[in-house]
Amino acid sequence: MPEALRRIRVQCVINGKAVSLEAYPMARLLDVLREEAGLTGTKEGCGEGECGACSIEMDGVLVNSCLVPVLQAEGAVIRTIEGMAGAGQLSAVQQAFLAHGGAQCGICTPGMILAAVNLLSRNAQPTESEIREGLSGNLCRCTGYTKIFESVMEACRLLELGK
Amino acid sequence: MKDPQIGKAVPRKEGREKVTGSARYVDDLTFKGMIHGVTVRSSIARGRILGIQFGEGIPWDEFTIVTAKDIPGKNCVALLIEDQPCLADQFVNHPEEAVVLLAHADKYLLEEARRAVRIETQPLPPVFTIEDSLARKQVIWVEDNIFKAYQVEKGNVDTAWEAAEFIVEGEYETGAQEQLYIEPQGMIAQAGPGSRVTVWGSLQCPYYVHKALVRLFDLPKEQVRVVQTETGGGFGGKEEYPSMIAGHAALLAWKSGKPVKIVYDRAEDMAATTKRHPSRTRHRTGISRDGKLVAMEIDFTLDGGAYETLSPVVLSRGTIHAAGPYSCPNVRIRSRVVATNAPPHGAFRGFGAPQSVFALERHLDRVAAAVGLTPEELRRRNFIHEGETLAVSQVVREKVQMDKLLDRALELSGYHEKRKRFATENARGPIKLGIGFASFLHGAGFTGSGEEYLASEALVTATREGKVHVLAGSTEMGQGTNTIFAQIAADALGLDCQQIEILQPDTALVPNSGPTVASRTTMIVGKLVESAALSISKTLQNAGLLKAEYGSKEFQDACCRYIEKFGALQSLVKYQHPQDLHWDDGTYQGDAYGAYAWAVYVAEVSVDTRTAEARVEDFVAVQEVGKVIHPVLAAGQIEGGVAQGIGFALYENIVWQEGRMANGQMTNYIMPTSMDVPNIRVYFEEIPYARGPAGAKGIGELPLDGTAPAIANAIAHATGADVRAVPMTPEKLMELLESVHA
Repeated sequence: MPEALRRIRVQCVINGKAVSLEAYPMARLLDVLREEAGLTGTKEGCGEGECGACSIEMDGVLVNSCLVPVLQAEGAVIRTIEGMAGAGQLSAVQQAFLAHGGAQCGICTPGMILAAVNLLSRNAQPTESEIREGLSGNLCRCTGYTKIFESVMEACRLLELGK
Repeated sequence: MKDPQIGKAVPRKEGREKVTGSARYVDDLTFKGMIHGVTVRSSIARGRILGIQFGEGIPWDEFTIVTAKDIPGKNCVALLIEDQPCLADQFVNHPEEAVVLLAHADKYLLEEARRAVRIETQPLPPVFTIEDSLARKQVIWVEDNIFKAYQVEKGNVDTAWEAAEFIVEGEYETGAQEQLYIEPQGMIAQAGPGSRVTVWGSLQCPYYVHKALVRLFDLPKEQVRVVQTETGGGFGGKEEYPSMIAGHAALLAWKSGKPVKIVYDRAEDMAATTKRHPSRTRHRTGISRDGKLVAMEIDFTLDGGAYETLSPVVLSRGTIHAAGPYSCPNVRIRSRVVATNAPPHGAFRGFGAPQSVFALERHLDRVAAAVGLTPEELRRRNFIHEGETLAVSQVVREKVQMDKLLDRALELSGYHEKRKRFATENARGPIKLGIGFASFLHGAGFTGSGEEYLASEALVTATREGKVHVLAGSTEMGQGTNTIFAQIAADALGLDCQQIEILQPDTALVPNSGPTVASRTTMIVGKLVESAALSISKTLQNAGLLKAEYGSKEFQDACCRYIEKFGALQSLVKYQHPQDLHWDDGTYQGDAYGAYAWAVYVAEVSVDTRTAEARVEDFVAVQEVGKVIHPVLAAGQIEGGVAQGIGFALYENIVWQEGRMANGQMTNYIMPTSMDVPNIRVYFEEIPYARGPAGAKGIGELPLDGTAPAIANAIAHATGADVRAVPMTPEKLMELLESVHA
């Protein structure tokens, strides 16, 4: 049997928990997260790395999980939308998206929140143009982005207050 | 009694699920024993099906295979008429038409199998353009290729030209546009127990899907059930096409006896599903010496694609909006939608109006230049006022204030100052700045007698615990239905939004509130919800269980006592058409809409003359929409619509090859990113509409109408280019810029 058709085991950490996933080596990390790990919060919008709906954090880097073969996740530390809210408490970015109309239909929202969190982890006080650039790999068809920028600005304020 | 919930930015009802990723969309659902379905489609635009070959190397006996002959009822997607087959049988009439369905548990093997099916066809000559269709190069629909035509006559256009000092003509075009909801379309179907069909899916109109399945399976209504799952955007794209996918999934489920999921990938979604109708509009306009419109002759044509689907209704809205918010004594609008061998074009936010409004507002800037008036002065001299009549002879009864909207929009955008400044600044350097606007209206609700015919219903019930449930067929797809209904019901009952629960649309539970389209949900269905909620509190008061003033505790006690004594506490309200709204489908005259939203949008653009790229630098959207129920959701509707309008105006170009979308990927079909839209500045004027809930009118589609012409007028101002078409991609703008300099 060719290597590509033999299922492999991948060990990684997802949202703080060590897991072992079984999948074909070239299976998309997106599918493995959704189907094997049951984490359906990560969405598929285009399957070709354009829309960012499947954005997750892998070792602190924002990636399109539709473009990552699962074998690359061996040993990785992964964060998905399910790992954002702690013990029933929404994170600052989630609170801000909720209060400021950053989510409409909600399908881009998990990826958009991951992108915003990743941006703020690198730059706690981004300017508006830095926010625009930081989110430019995540497409939203509902909001026109204005309310998403407002949400990210508000998240900065909340995070600053929380310090 | 609680503080009013209307007018406040209460939290989105399903917002928490959306920001935590726990909201369940169709592809997030898995049923026990579920298998997957795919669609095999035609590769040619038009022809005869000779046979279907199943290639070697695939274990076909493991597959469920469905063709037209497996359909228990009528092979159609029942909508206005029953012309579109659910599966093509002897003929195909467009590329990507569904012919064969396959289902299997293994998605990967399924994809292999799809590629191994060959549909043998004998091609027939196709028709791809409005011109060829009108010229009847091939007759592909009845006798003349025309699905539907309208004629609107006001005054006497033929004799009015004599009074015209100037006559200005022009032809304008708009392209197809993909709705591009980020959640692709999908359905899960289950057949049984017994002769029953249930589907769960991403959709706008549960009762459209229900009607289509009843016909497809020839089942009694109560044996078909349609449930809406969380829906990741619709914009019209999930108005009619979900009936097709639901039919496909249900046929596979029916034959296999297992639950079947069909979820399109992006490429299939873009290739196969509906898009905005391409259009061509011709204007001939007569103007008096003092700048008054004396005659408007408008010829409006849409490309409908291969089947009728919703095209007559799209054409209707486009036709009625074609003469804009102006008072002109003599108007003739002739319109038609023609057949071509492209996949059927369909509903997309604005529904025909963005096409005809683009033509009018671009044309009026050209008219102004021809008669020596500024664009704003020409409009001011012709704006409609209360008591005057629109093109369809509807007397405007609203307190319309287009002048005020125009003043405010021009002031907020710094229009006059920029107009002056850009004139000097543009003399140097390769970047040219421009500012332009569009003034327009958008009718809320179904056209003419449509609402009367729909006769929508909404149900409000209360539990023993004082929880209030709203049951309606109206769907949440991001626009805020759940939250708006909760606010309306809460205020009608003097409660908090948290006491109101909106039930998931499920045809086994909720009444038919009509489709979630046409900017009608807040204004029409919201009013039914308001009335139903009010009658709950009246019922309690009439039963002597509740005083006029009460808190939530008193309400809860009253509900409990009422239910113990009398049983269920509920109120079903049915739409009653206002007695004073009259519409004549024969003459196309009368009260086309109960109310209109009115707006003026201003766009500022920069054009890099080296690359011919236009960018929107600033955008001001001023509109009168009645009472704003939720300020954040309302602004979000406008901002999102403007962004889609920016895409329509500049970026979203569908490349057609033999009736097929050649750029069906997000890589090369370009929608605006966060780098492509400015901060969209939204302002509301609120003149309460007596028949809307708390005074609200509809707003959903409005922003698509005025955005593209405002941008086109700004590009013309920046460069002198005579923009006649959208999308104005750099390739097209470069040609125009070369002709300016030639």
